[in-house]
Amino acid sequence: MEWETVIGLEIHAQLATQSKIFSGASTAYGAEPNTQACAIDLGLPGVLPVLNREAARMAVMFGLAIGADVAHRSVFARKNYFYPDLPKGYQISQYELPVVQKGQLTIDLEDGTSKVIGITRAHLEEDAGKSLHEDFHGLSGIDLNRAGTPLLEIVSEPDLRSAKEAVAYMKKLHQMVVYLGICDGNMQEGSFRCDANISVRRKGDPKFGTRAEIKNLNSFRFVERAIEFEIERQIDLIESGGKVVQETRLYDPDQGETRSMRGKEEANDYRYFPDPDLLPLVLDDEFIAAARASLPELPDGKKQRFVEQYGLSSYDAGVLTASRELGDYYEATVAALGSEPKLCANWVMGDLAAFLNKDNRDIGQSPVSAVQLAGLLRRIQDQTISGKIAKEVFEALWAGEGDADAIIEKRGLKQITDTSAIEKVIDDVIAANPEQLAQYRAGKDKLFGFFVGQVMKLSKGKANPQQVNELLAEKLKG
Amino acid sequence: MNSSSPTAMHDKTIAQLSASLAAGEFSSEELTRVFLARIEQFNPGLNAFITVTAEPALAQARAADQRRRQGEAGPLAGVPIAHKDIFCTNGVRTSCGSRMLDRFIAPYDATVVEKLNAAGVVMLGKTNMDEFAMGSSNETSFYGPVRNPWDLDAVPGGSSGGSAAAVAARLTPGATGTDTGGSIRQPAALCGITGIKPTYGRVSRWGMIAYASSLDQGGPMARTAEDCALLLGAMAGFDPRDSTSVDRPVPDYVALLDQPLAGLKIGLPKEYFGEGLDSEVARVVEAAIAEYRKLGAETVDISLPNSQLAIPAYYVIAPAECSSNLARFDGVRYGHRCENPKDLLDLYTRSRAEGFGAEVTRRILVGTFALSAGYYDAYYLKAQQIRRLISDDFRRAFAQVDVIAGPTSPTVAFNIGEKVDDPITMYLSDIYTIAVNLAGLPGLSLPVGFVGQRPVGLQLIGNYFAEDRLLNVAHRYQQVTDWHQRVPAGF
Amino acid sequence: MSLGPAEVAKIAHLARLAIREKDAPAYARNLSAILDLVAQMNAVDTTGVAPMAHPLDMAQRLRADEVAEPNQRKHFQAIAPRVEAGLYLVPKVIE
Repeated sequence: MEWETVIGLEIHAQLATQSKIFSGASTAYGAEPNTQACAIDLGLPGVLPVLNREAARMAVMFGLAIGADVAHRSVFARKNYFYPDLPKGYQISQYELPVVQKGQLTIDLEDGTSKVIGITRAHLEEDAGKSLHEDFHGLSGIDLNRAGTPLLEIVSEPDLRSAKEAVAYMKKLHQMVVYLGICDGNMQEGSFRCDANISVRRKGDPKFGTRAEIKNLNSFRFVERAIEFEIERQIDLIESGGKVVQETRLYDPDQGETRSMRGKEEANDYRYFPDPDLLPLVLDDEFIAAARASLPELPDGKKQRFVEQYGLSSYDAGVLTASRELGDYYEATVAALGSEPKLCANWVMGDLAAFLNKDNRDIGQSPVSAVQLAGLLRRIQDQTISGKIAKEVFEALWAGEGDADAIIEKRGLKQITDTSAIEKVIDDVIAANPEQLAQYRAGKDKLFGFFVGQVMKLSKGKANPQQVNELLAEKLKG
Repeated sequence: MNSSSPTAMHDKTIAQLSASLAAGEFSSEELTRVFLARIEQFNPGLNAFITVTAEPALAQARAADQRRRQGEAGPLAGVPIAHKDIFCTNGVRTSCGSRMLDRFIAPYDATVVEKLNAAGVVMLGKTNMDEFAMGSSNETSFYGPVRNPWDLDAVPGGSSGGSAAAVAARLTPGATGTDTGGSIRQPAALCGITGIKPTYGRVSRWGMIAYASSLDQGGPMARTAEDCALLLGAMAGFDPRDSTSVDRPVPDYVALLDQPLAGLKIGLPKEYFGEGLDSEVARVVEAAIAEYRKLGAETVDISLPNSQLAIPAYYVIAPAECSSNLARFDGVRYGHRCENPKDLLDLYTRSRAEGFGAEVTRRILVGTFALSAGYYDAYYLKAQQIRRLISDDFRRAFAQVDVIAGPTSPTVAFNIGEKVDDPITMYLSDIYTIAVNLAGLPGLSLPVGFVGQRPVGLQLIGNYFAEDRLLNVAHRYQQVTDWHQRVPAGF
Repeated sequence: MSLGPAEVAKIAHLARLAIREKDAPAYARNLSAILDLVAQMNAVDTTGVAPMAHPLDMAQRLRADEVAEPNQRKHFQAIAPRVEAGLYLVPKVIE
């Protein structure tokens, strides 16, 4: 039996505003419990919400970035349910008329093809607080600092067909919101979280199967594992004569499995209705145009431009545009060097990336600036140093020993290009290895490499490799 | 106190008190002591106050006297008032007439309270009210019913019954109220005082505990239109903390009181004079309208054809909003919490059941039902459509007339206990006031006579933001009549 | 529309209100009467009438994105039924 998986994702991206969506309390992460929960966030009697302009602007930016229809009029609704981390007994969200409607995102698949994933809608809503389950004499503690943090809930069409596609979509979306500067993308802190709706059906069946919703997925790895587990579970269930029940399930990363959370599920009649404390969000053309004007170059466009402008491969362009900062760094390097974009790409993706990775740093925290890197590359370009020596210089740059020129000078790493100086070294090497010389002249060509190595060693790597090759070939002929 | 004639003091209107304070006839502290003494004397019989704030009141009075001495005082400086216990008052219990908030010390001030404090008023205390403003008789209060000073067997109306009774009995010269379906106008009518519900959005709702957010509006209650004008001028205005607050200048209501009524067109909706209206009340109201004709106004028969739908629509919309607004009372962050909850569900259901009385429970249940899956369209959406029809009725009427007049309530005050077990009959007592809230229009009730010893109110309805006109129309009537000067026997 | 005690119990659960069994019939009666009153709405054809959620035809005002609220935890928690270590305590939340 061949099975097909159908997945739709609901992604919650916390918007990177300073203050909350309906109050002036700070959204900063990690404060002492309830120190950033103001009267509005606590739902004190008599308090009222007022919408944060920046949250609306960020939602519009997202809508424009995914080619969606941005609603000129959208409505906030109340989603009513009781939960201790939900202070008012309702969540302010958007229901019938969301601010972003119908967009799409193109994802790149591992086989090199791409696929367009529909985005049904994206709406503004407020986050809830947190229940802490450490034991307080058998009670739970409620921290409402997060309550009222603005969220953009992005709902995809059920267009995803595998865990890998789901992850690719989620990564692409993550890249997008971070590019736009509307979300810090920090998944550990819960700034970007995912609920997955998963069902399976027999291949060719036009009808969707019954879906389960998995909540609480806050890493790409968990999304992949949870979906894979869930697919397996549903197929096993159906094949053994059972039925999938529509329910909410929780992924347990320790056990690597999903399990039912019926407790929260029962009687979810949310009684949505328009929030009478808020008026319709009316966005005029001017507001939308201003948001459009503030859009940065988006990942796909930047990637394409890198291919065309710098002659990079699609793969390299993809790596260099993975984040806005990396792309900016790369372009700053090329601009400072003034040529050889390929050389710049190799260094940014090679040594620089390796060092960043080793120290677990972002590009923004690189101790080597783009200008410094270009200074190093310039010395490769003008043959002051060889590529090999450049690696040594880069390490010194990373360690903060100054600019490339100063390091080269201080360490005496300047390449030897003076023919007579190189000839002298070659002469010394030949004189010291009569046996190898004889063998070479007798036809053992591969000893050429031995001589090159000896010359480079004696010159401490500073002899210009090309000149060494030429002069050595000449001298060895005799 | 004997030297400054306390009787004269408590009988003065706010405008007169303001003049006396300005003239230095007596201090705010003396005045405040007079009213505190009256509250001490009469409140046990009336139950109009839930909380009396004697010490803070005297401190405010002394501060106001200080301001007067320094020449910094406005017209309301040193004038005592009372707040309906629905307005949050920082550091003072704000119960909303409910056991749920019996021990709730509000941690902040409502905008209305803040604005009146800034004007220098003295808060005597917090007045009794129907629980969470749900009621038309003040009998749903956790603190017991309020008695009508005109007849202690009668209800004062509701939900702002404590404010109305306190003003009528001269325990305070003025008070704040709120009006979701008639809660300022109906008790004003039943207690023989003047009260105005402003246009929705005119007075900030920040800090006013919500019953039905799209209908609630705060306003003043006092003996005269002039006093209401003084208070409303201080209460009204744009508040950035309330998304539904309207950013529009506040006119000088007092300055506009004396406009002539010649040429004024008063609409008389036939639906407000038909079946259900007590014939004695009708007679008094018609006499008042005749008085207006004498003042130069012209009356025009009009129709508000969807009037009979106001109560049905209201009893979907208001409960729906209240079911959601009152969900925050869960025993977690403030308010009543049951003893030893065995689990989370028990905490919720028991805290709420113990904290809310029967009428609040009924409305939460009705609202929950009306919003629930499968019923939303038939109830909530339908009610919102009716709301549009009702609003359109008024729009058409105001193309023809300047104000609309009719009875505030179909009967005079009924007896305590008379309707308490019959919610539907109780609901019908707001039949003429509810449509005004649905449309968001301003409405005023003024005393125009009596049936027996119980007062009758005339309701004036204005177009959006025509509070100035309503106050003017009421004021001119009060210049030529003395119903507003009558004092209930024994007070 | 007539509601029985079982339906009242269901609604009461949604609203998180404990209703004593002995009170359920009275609530059922009252609620049914209210729904009958409300049913008068059905006499009017409202096809094509735009629902009115707000009395005034206004748009939502937008607030500047500024942190304007100081920490008032102590003040706000002074009125809380049960707090510890800055947290509001509730019976165990089971997820």
